[in-house]
Amino acid sequence: MIISPNLSSIFYLISGVLFILALRGLSSPETSRQGNFFGIIGMLIAITVTFLSVGNYSAGFFYVFIFLLIGGTIGSIIAFKIPMTAMPELVAGFHSLVGLAAVFVAISAFINPEVFNLGFPGNIKIASLIEMSIGAAVGAITFSGSIIAFLKLQGIMSGAPITFKGQHLLNALILISIIVLTYLLCVSQSSNLFWILILVSFLVGFLLIIPIGGADMPVVISMLNSYSGWAAAGIGFTLENTALIITGALVGSSGAILSYIMCKGMNRSFFSVILGGFGATEQTSSSNKNKEQRPVKSGNADDAAFLMKNASSVIIVPGYGMAVAQAQHALREMVDTLKKNDIKVSYAIHPVAGRMPGHMNVLLAEANVPYDEVFELEEINNDFANADVAFVIGANDVTNPVAKTDPQSPIYGMPVLDVEKCKSVLFVKRSLSPGYAGIDNDLFYRENTLMLFADAKKMTEDITKNL
Amino acid sequence: MEIDPFIFRLSIFILSIFVGYYVVWSVTPSLHTPLMSVTNAISSVIIVGAIIAALANNDSNVFSTSSSFGYLAITLAAINIFGGFLVTQRMLAMYKKKKKDK
Repeated sequence: MIISPNLSSIFYLISGVLFILALRGLSSPETSRQGNFFGIIGMLIAITVTFLSVGNYSAGFFYVFIFLLIGGTIGSIIAFKIPMTAMPELVAGFHSLVGLAAVFVAISAFINPEVFNLGFPGNIKIASLIEMSIGAAVGAITFSGSIIAFLKLQGIMSGAPITFKGQHLLNALILISIIVLTYLLCVSQSSNLFWILILVSFLVGFLLIIPIGGADMPVVISMLNSYSGWAAAGIGFTLENTALIITGALVGSSGAILSYIMCKGMNRSFFSVILGGFGATEQTSSSNKNKEQRPVKSGNADDAAFLMKNASSVIIVPGYGMAVAQAQHALREMVDTLKKNDIKVSYAIHPVAGRMPGHMNVLLAEANVPYDEVFELEEINNDFANADVAFVIGANDVTNPVAKTDPQSPIYGMPVLDVEKCKSVLFVKRSLSPGYAGIDNDLFYRENTLMLFADAKKMTEDITKNL
Repeated sequence: MEIDPFIFRLSIFILSIFVGYYVVWSVTPSLHTPLMSVTNAISSVIIVGAIIAALANNDSNVFSTSSSFGYLAITLAAINIFGGFLVTQRMLAMYKKKKKDK
């Protein structure tokens, strides 16, 4: 051992503090890059100190480096190759890895507890055993849950909620069985129970996420973010490691806050999201039938260009459809042309636009849109009344005025962008089909709405040509 | 009577939750995606446990069961650490302010 446990603890504390600073840096884009740098330093310190405190430079040391290198290379390649539109999938994938890593660390601690000073196989300290079980169980839930979220986001699995009878009862029973298993494990120290506990937890993660629909993905991703933190904290307690405890708590509360913000953005309670099935599908099919006959004004790129050319201010409302169509660059080109004609342009972002928190902001940043032209719902909602044109591209439910007027609507009470207050609304959409919430958007039928039926990217390019 | 070290760790944990609460509320909404990717990266500090587990054995048995789980965890955590920090860096580099010169 090269450095004493006391000294290494102090270094772990330092890296914990650096992680706090990494998050603190994100309070503004200017300080954020420095914050990320602090995070990297914190990680370097934690890893170096661990090597020094173990001080065993045998053959295993070589393999540790090999695996570190393999993982690092894979991670770096992914980080450079991933398109920004795929961020939700990437983050879900990363969550699953944290979860699985937590499970693996818990397993090795269970098999070889002497290394971590937790006792001996078959006679592990009760407190450590409980902490280990929590870390492993939460890690396993994070893993399988994130895998499902990843598959849904990738479109490999349908985004529609999968529900069946007795689902909640089953989940409740399994959760109780986890507690019972942990108790029995503490009493018997049986490794079989430990394996069963992990398997059952994998099952919980799976069952927990399948009933949640595509529109709720921002909540799911945030929630899994939170879980991955609690799993890390559980392992941190087992290993008595300060850096891990601090980080776990930070990440856990970060994910919880994001879930809260997302739920509020949809006016849904956290529990109703978890229990699953947004916008119950039966009522939508019937309401669609009697509304489809309502008249809709539709136009082409030329009409849209005409309206915008004569406007003095335009507000852009992007949504997930923009990401799907990869239209962010075409959009910025259109805005550049508008600005050359002295038209004021700003962007309005709804908290749940896209499939994860802040998704639209990243895409606009990627397309070189300055972040001080991009506004949050509260900042910009009053400006719609004074704007000439609202250009809705790929957003739907977040603009639906029904949320303000119809108490029967499943999205009633959800904060929406007051797009309809603009003099005219241009709505780019491929068809009249309802959005993810499965409800018809009242905005389509308004007097001042002009529907532009086309692919978002192509339409934007055509408008630019006509400007 | 001596205080159990667990209590100290619990104190750190609880206080960190509060620190996290206030720090995260001050994160600007436009940076919520980088926030998620960076929390991913830092929660992979779980790699310290993986390294300890992997290095626990002597030369005769480098690939014992517990070490092997350690190696696996190291690989997964390393993907996250490199991937998480780099993709965050990549995203943050894109956030630019409006150019004043026209």
